[in-house]
This record gives sequence, structure tokens and C-alpha cells, in this order.
Amino acid sequence: MSNNELNSPGYEIPEELEGKVAITTLDKIYNFGRRSSVWPMMFGLACCAIEMIAAQAARYDMARFGMEVMRPSPRQADMMLVAGTVTKKMIPAIVRLYNQMAEPKYVVAMGACASGGGPFKEGYNVVAGIDKFLPVDVYIPGCPPTPQALVAGMIKLQEKIDKQSISQVRWYKKGADTVETPIPFLGPDLIDPRHIPEIKAKAAELAALAAAASETVA
Amino acid sequence: MTTPVVEAINLAEKFPGKVTADARPGYSGWIISKENLVEVATFIRDEMGYDALTNLCAIDYLEQKMMEVTYQVFKTTGGPVLTFKAQAERVDPIEIPSVVSVWPGAELQEREAYDLYGIRFVGHPDLRRILMWEGFDGYPMRRDWKEAFYEEDAKPLKSRWPEGKHKLAETRATFGDNVAFKPGFDPDKWIPSDPEELLYATLKNYKSEVKDGIKTDHVVVNMGPQHPSTHGVFRAVAVLDGEIVVSIKPVMGYLHRNHEKIGERNTWLQNIPYTDRLDYFNSMYNAWSYALAVEKMMGITVPERAEYIRVIMGELSRIQNHLILFGMLWNDLGSYFTPALYAFEERELILDIFEAVSGSRMMCNYYRFGGVVRDIDEASMKKIKELVFDRLPGKIEEIDRLLSENEIFVSRMKGVGYLSPEDSIAYSVTGPNLRAAGVPYDIRRADPYGIYDRFEFDIPVRHNSDLLDRYHLRMDEIHQSLRILQQALKQITEGPVLAGKPQYTHRVPVGEAYGRVEAPKGELGYYVVSNGKGNPYRYHIRTPSFVNITSMEKMCVGTKIADFVAILGMVDIVLGELDR
Ligand code: SF4
Repeated sequence: MSNNELNSPGYEIPEELEGKVAITTLDKIYNFGRRSSVWPMMFGLACCAIEMIAAQAARYDMARFGMEVMRPSPRQADMMLVAGTVTKKMIPAIVRLYNQMAEPKYVVAMGACASGGGPFKEGYNVVAGIDKFLPVDVYIPGCPPTPQALVAGMIKLQEKIDKQSISQVRWYKKGADTVETPIPFLGPDLIDPRHIPEIKAKAAELAALAAAASETVA
Repeated sequence: MTTPVVEAINLAEKFPGKVTADARPGYSGWIISKENLVEVATFIRDEMGYDALTNLCAIDYLEQKMMEVTYQVFKTTGGPVLTFKAQAERVDPIEIPSVVSVWPGAELQEREAYDLYGIRFVGHPDLRRILMWEGFDGYPMRRDWKEAFYEEDAKPLKSRWPEGKHKLAETRATFGDNVAFKPGFDPDKWIPSDPEELLYATLKNYKSEVKDGIKTDHVVVNMGPQHPSTHGVFRAVAVLDGEIVVSIKPVMGYLHRNHEKIGERNTWLQNIPYTDRLDYFNSMYNAWSYALAVEKMMGITVPERAEYIRVIMGELSRIQNHLILFGMLWNDLGSYFTPALYAFEERELILDIFEAVSGSRMMCNYYRFGGVVRDIDEASMKKIKELVFDRLPGKIEEIDRLLSENEIFVSRMKGVGYLSPEDSIAYSVTGPNLRAAGVPYDIRRADPYGIYDRFEFDIPVRHNSDLLDRYHLRMDEIHQSLRILQQALKQITEGPVLAGKPQYTHRVPVGEAYGRVEAPKGELGYYVVSNGKGNPYRYHIRTPSFVNITSMEKMCVGTKIADFVAILGMVDIVLGELDR
């Protein structure tokens, strides 16, 4: 970061200290540190993951943004890059991984599948977008997004980080420092614990309809 | 193109009353009564010489009230496939004898047919669901099973066309999402069954022994679905005795994207972009096989230039596939990223060509029935020539020098993961791993398609069947691919690249077809059935990753768990294709 960008205006710096001293806000220096070292989780779901690897390789080189240290463990990662189709069979694992990440954590939905189901949306084993379960910070369109698009998405994430303020962020507030998403489970179909009342009501309604129908037949 | 003479043995005469010729128009092969299936299958293997089973899939003939299982077998000495079928009445429980005792390679494919169609294979050693989870409601590939977002049986859907008004699928679905439950289902009262129960019950069959008076317990280790060396969302569950693998079971379905169900709703043409997403490293090879199958049914001849373009794109694809395999394998072995960076450098150049001709780096959507969609322009042709004649030969040498002699690499690979040639054939292994076991079987020579019979090239073979040989074999294949490319680039002539006019809808005559190609990872086949409508009645994909993984346990038993990573890397799986 250049001296100009870092310095908050309004303070005179004596000439002999220029270039040695910078006066800035805590937010700026805090965000500068975070945005320059966003460690993604090493986590590829499908085709999009290959473009993610390509973006890590020499030609596009995400290391320029401090994002080359892929961590296989969620506990060491800052950002979950959901690169690929989310399936019902996989979503419990993904939510568990997300819950294991430490704050501050970000989620980026890469590609059509992660954003909304993509070409496979109608599939019986497909979850139509990761945002049905996790809070997404940046969506990157494409099938697959090119590495350039991925890099652009990462820059967007950096811009988002830049706007956060240490006095506002949830992980420094009182109380639990992280929000956990209830882990869905596999029953006759995928069951989201947050939707249990709705499922119950709807299924009862269907049963009543079926009963009425059979009565009229009888 | 000449294919060797088809078997002269008439099975119907040989087994009167047990076998009949499939006389439905457009169909071929034999129908074997299910009571005699194993007997006739053994005859086909032992007396007729069809030593390998390649494809096994179920078809639901809803109107005829019949479930059919079709089998494709081939001889490792060459020649086309032989098709035979077994039928059962469509009344649960549907039972058909298992052919695992004849061809062990049928194991996972039968589990798949059980999972998606609910056919019980009597005599199967370990019949569990494979792609969906245990406890999932219904058999999703049956024709009368409808997904939550179901709109209509066939596309194009009226709701989106022609008025072009779009309505979110969520607003239509009963439960407001892509889920469905039975009437009266109560999540609170529902007693969760453990989806893993059957898996662990299977693992309990491996009992530990008392050695030197000490009784030791086995340890069960789970790898995946989130594990950096499983190349995606693959999971393996190993039973270990100390460090030694006693048993290892693949657990999959974490990327099951329902290609086949969606494929049977799509129009014929709409499936081509979906094939790109199977083996997403080789989208330029995937559609070839599908196009072959459909062209066979429609009787289209592909123009010369298009045939050459297919070969050029296909072989470029093979080169980058093998390079990536090397890079990723080294990553897994601990050499973090350097070889992968070398591999990706060349891959980017090949992808540039794909992007120039098709518009997309990875999802090319380039094949059409009867050719390819676009010609190669001058500038791209120049680029391809530069790459094939000037750059790649030197670069491959460089990568070879960098990797092949490395002492650590050689000592980790040599003698590990042995699979005998007999087992390779029995377990339906195809592709480089079969050839590394000394079986010179390559569909480009054994059952030629396209114009491969015009080129001079060798089928590389290695004989030790260990990881090192599998590695060297792929290196040899890259050299052969370059040879083919150089000849193709010299021979290619001007001309049209598509037979007839470009079309959106295709009328495919009633019947069945099986198209197969030698994809970089092994045999890629499509079994398609048409009932004369605008979309396939059955669209089955036989992928090399899925079938080759059948032999994984055999290769791993007795080795150290750490070698599993290398063995899996060399099977060369890609999840899009494994789970479909
Ligand atoms: S968005 Fe496209 S490229 Fe990405 S995972 Fe989905 S199908 Fe594959």
C-alpha cells in the first residue's frame, strides 16, 4: 500500500519523518493485513475447481493477492471457495466444514452451480446453490468462470473486506463469536433442520388431501 | 473402416429355449433368459473368448412392463463388442442373477443399477446403494419416478418456451425446494437410520487374526470426501492392520449430478454440453463417443475434415490429460506444485486453442452429430502446428528429464500397486492401466473409430503393472499422440466440417447403439436407446473412472496406507465422471 493510501488525511507529518511514519486508522491497517492474506480452503467440488487450480498456477497467479496458501484444514482457512456443484450427499460435510472455520470467514460461490444449481439444478441429488445453507459474500458467474473472472471475484472480496470496521464486525461483539449453521441430514430426502416445521405441515397437508381423495372415491 | 468379422457362433442355436436373438427393430444381440444367465455368460467368456465386461446398465421399459439389463462384453484380442440382455418383469422385487462371479468388473455397475433402478442382483457379494445414500426414498432412474423440480417429460419445456417467461423452480415445487417427502412424513417422529450402517457391516467381515499370541484390532480410517489427495469429493474407507491395508472400499456419489436422468429429459443435442462436464479435463474427447453412438443410429457419415479435427482435438486433449495427471500425482506425493506448474504451463497453451475454436477453455461444446460445430481458423491452425511440431516435443522431454529419473519418485512407485494382467481384464480395467499390465488393448486399434486406422502409431505396452510402469506408459502415449498429431496436421484437407445443415432437433430412428472410444482415461462408452422421439429414451454413460475404480481394492490390499494416495492418483479418476 502506498504512503498516500495508508495515510489518513488531516495530520501533518514532519518532513524529516515522511516515508518513515504513517498515521492511519486501526480499520485500515487491520483490513490491510486481512485482505492481503486470505487463505482459501483447499476444497474442490467439481469442474470449477480445475479453473481454481488454473488460477493458482503460473499464468494467473493468485499469489499476487496473498491467496496462494490453500489450507486443507478448515480451521486454518479464511475463505471457503465453493467451486462446483453442491449435492445433497455432500452438503452435510460442507456445512460441517464451514462451522469448523474460525471467524472471520468468507464464502465465495464460484460458478453457476454453486450460485444457483447451474445446469444440474433439476437433478434429484443437487442443491440449488450453496446460499440455501451458507451466507455467500461474492458470487462469480460462469460455467466455469474463467480464471480472470475468479481473480476479479477475489478482488471484489478484498473490496468487501476493506469496507469492514473493527468496531462493527460480529466476531468482536459480545456473545458467541461465530454463527453456526445447523447441519442438514439425510433422511428419505435431504432434511434442513431449520425447515422441519414447514416440511411437517406440508406433509400433513398432503396426507389430508390424499385421505379426502380416497374418501370421495369410496 | 473395416471391423473384424463378428462371431459366427449362433447362441440361439447353441442354447435353444434359453437364448433368443433380439429381433426388435433397431436392436441387436441376444436375449438370455435370466434363469440361464450365468451359464450362458460363462460360455460367452470361456468358449467365445469375451474375457472382459465393459458395460452393464439397466433400462426401464415402462410401457412394456419390463426391466432390462444390457451387457456389453469385448475380447482383449480385439474386435467389436457383443451385446446381450436379460429381462425381468417390472414387478418388485425385480431380480436378475449377478454376473460378478463371471466378470468381477460388474460389481460396481450392478450396484449402480440396483441403486438407481432397484434391480436386485441375486448373488452379488455386497449389494448396497452406491450413488445415493442408504435410506433415500425411491429408485430415481425409473421412468415413473419424478424429481421435485419435475416439469415435463421432455425438453424444450413449455414453461420456458416459446413465450420465454421464466418461473423459478422453487415456486413450483411442493416443498419449496428440491426435496420431496411422502404425505404424512414427520421429521420429528422419523427415526434416523444410519446411512453408513451397511458399509460398516461390510467392513466387519474382515476379522483380525491372532498373530504371535497377540490379538490386534483393525483400525477403520476414513479418507474424504474432503481430502486434498482424493482429487475432489471421493471417499475411501480403509480397514488397516497397523499400516497395512486389509480392505478399502470406495464410497462415492458426493458429486452425483444425475447426468442420466437429466439426459433423458434433454433433447439429443442438449446432451452434448453435458458430456463436457463428465470428465472436465477432456471435454474435447467426451462428446466423441456420444456422437458416434447417435451417428451410428442416424447413419450419418462425418466429412473428412471434421474427422481430422476430431483427431487433432482429441489427441491434444490426451496430452494435457496425462500432463495434469503427472502434476497432480507429484503434488500428492509431496512435491508441492513445481511439477504441476510445468504441467499447467503446457495445458494453458492447449486450452488457448480450445478456446479459440470453441469459445470456452474447458467446456467446449464442440462436437455435433455429423462433425464439429466450427472450423479451425488460420491463426489457430498456425498455433497448433507450432505447438505440435516445435514446442511440445521439447517440453515433454524436459518434463521427462525433470521427473522420470527422480530417485524418491522411482522408489515410491516401483513395485507398488501391482495388478496382474488377468485381474486387470477380470476387473474390466481399460486404458493406460490395462496396457501397463502388458495387455495391448487400445480401442483406437482394436475396434477403430473415426480415422485412426489411417495413422501410423504404436500402442505402448509395459509389463510390470506397477505405478512406475503406469507412469512411463502415459509418457509413451504422449509421444504417440504427438506422432498422430503430426500426421493429421500434414494430411488434413479443406472441406466442410459438418454433414448437412446445422440442426437443433434430431429424429433418431428407433433402436439402440453403443458408442465407445479410447478416452485418455480408458474406455468411454455411451449406451443410448431411441424410441423415435426428440430425446433419448435411455442415455447411459459408461465412464472409465467409475469402472476402473472397481479394481482399487485389489491393488491396495497388502500395501501401506500411504501408498493408497499414489495408487488412486494413478487410477486417474475424475469425479465428474466417477459419480456422473
Ligand atoms: S458451474 Fe459449470 S463448470 Fe462449474 S461446477 Fe457447475 S457445471 Fe461445472
